Amino acid sequence: MTSSAHALGDVLAVESDPGGGFTPPGIGEFYPEALTSFSLLGVDFEITRITLIAWVATAAMIALLVAAVRKPQIVPGKLQFIGETGYSFVRDGIARDVVGPKGLPFAPFLASLFFFILANNLMAIIPLAQISPMSKFAFPLVLALICWVVYIAVGIKNQGLWPYFRDIMFLPGVPKPMYILITPLELLQNFIVRPFTLAIRLFANMFAGHMLLVTFALGATYLLSVDNFSVIFGPVSALMAIVMTFFELLVIFLQAYVFTMLMGTYLNGSVEAAH
Amino acid sequence: MSILAAESANPLIPPFGEIIVGLIAFLVLLFVVWKFVAPRFEQVFQARRAAIEGGIERAEAMQAEAKAALEQYRAQLAEARTEAAQIRDAARAEGQQIIEELRAQAQEESARIVARGEEQLAASRQQVINELRGQIGTLAVDLAGRLVGESLADDARRSGTVDRFLDQLDGMSAAGDGRGGSSAFVPQDAR
Repeated sequence: MTSSAHALGDVLAVESDPGGGFTPPGIGEFYPEALTSFSLLGVDFEITRITLIAWVATAAMIALLVAAVRKPQIVPGKLQFIGETGYSFVRDGIARDVVGPKGLPFAPFLASLFFFILANNLMAIIPLAQISPMSKFAFPLVLALICWVVYIAVGIKNQGLWPYFRDIMFLPGVPKPMYILITPLELLQNFIVRPFTLAIRLFANMFAGHMLLVTFALGATYLLSVDNFSVIFGPVSALMAIVMTFFELLVIFLQAYVFTMLMGTYLNGSVEAAH
Repeated sequence: MSILAAESANPLIPPFGEIIVGLIAFLVLLFVVWKFVAPRFEQVFQARRAAIEGGIERAEAMQAEAKAALEQYRAQLAEARTEAAQIRDAARAEGQQIIEELRAQAQEESARIVARGEEQLAASRQQVINELRGQIGTLAVDLAGRLVGESLADDARRSGTVDRFLDQLDGMSAAGDGRGGSSAFVPQDAR
């Protein structure tokens, strides 16, 4: 299956320059050449640029957080204040206010989610990296699967195995005949759609964001190099690349927040009985 | 992986190796945050809350203390005022008493002085009367002798006459000032 972005790129390439000047960015963007590859226990590992970016981003975030709490003080320093602001944002804004009174124990997990996504997302606009590992489906999928396991486990632990599934399958206060319709929907919603949308939302945003940035950036370079009147669109394309970078910054924070926030609401449903 | 292979890849089907890589990266971050970062932050929040609450408590304690001290001072002040009023009242009463005593003493004194004066006056008067009585008797006898032309000094009758006269005189004076003089009368001829 060829991606729609690739297809669009092909069309643009054909229409804009039949002579075959501009090669639009394609799906190949997300499959850089492996720096090294090896096989371990039957699993093929490919260490690519993006893998390194993910590690660098994670390591940088860990370093920042550790530096922030290395010498904790009641009156915080600059770094501690930044760390505290980020952690409190998730702890108070999501763990306490969204998950509920029993939510504080989940603050470290939710904060880890937020920081991990944020650090990896930020790589989308950091020079030299300029691609987010989150635009590789594997990363959002891992996070979504972890969330899926966590909120189901928490639900079973808090409400009991049968009451948890019973409340999801047979919503209290719903007329009995409606169960024919609602029970399959609820099961689908809770156990398949939720993790899938969680992963897809983050992945698609970062994927599309990267495609936009690359398209405008390459477009600007190409337009500035052509000899005909199209050269005047070069600066416009460059400007758009800059504008889209700022937009991407917004998306980076927003998606990190949305992912964590949604996980918060799922946890809320797990720690408290359905209502 | 060749470019051609990449071109045909489906971005929604990730290689398993990449999932493991992502999982490890996240778990490392989760471990650090769970074991190290979050507890430290919680500790800081706790310490900060304790510091703020401690500060508030201290301030409240101080306020209570100040209030107690103020109450104490007020009570003491009221006590002192009552005491002062009592002392003033006592002093006033004492002063009054002293004045009364002094006045009584003065009255007594003046009464005594007046009485003594009167006594002295009465004594002087008696003395004067006595002296006068003698002199008047002599004078009267001398005068009568001269008028009659003969000495009546040794005559017993004369003596009686003079006494009678003086008694009359005394009676007149006693009737005049209400005082009997005859009992105090010493006969002139006894000399």
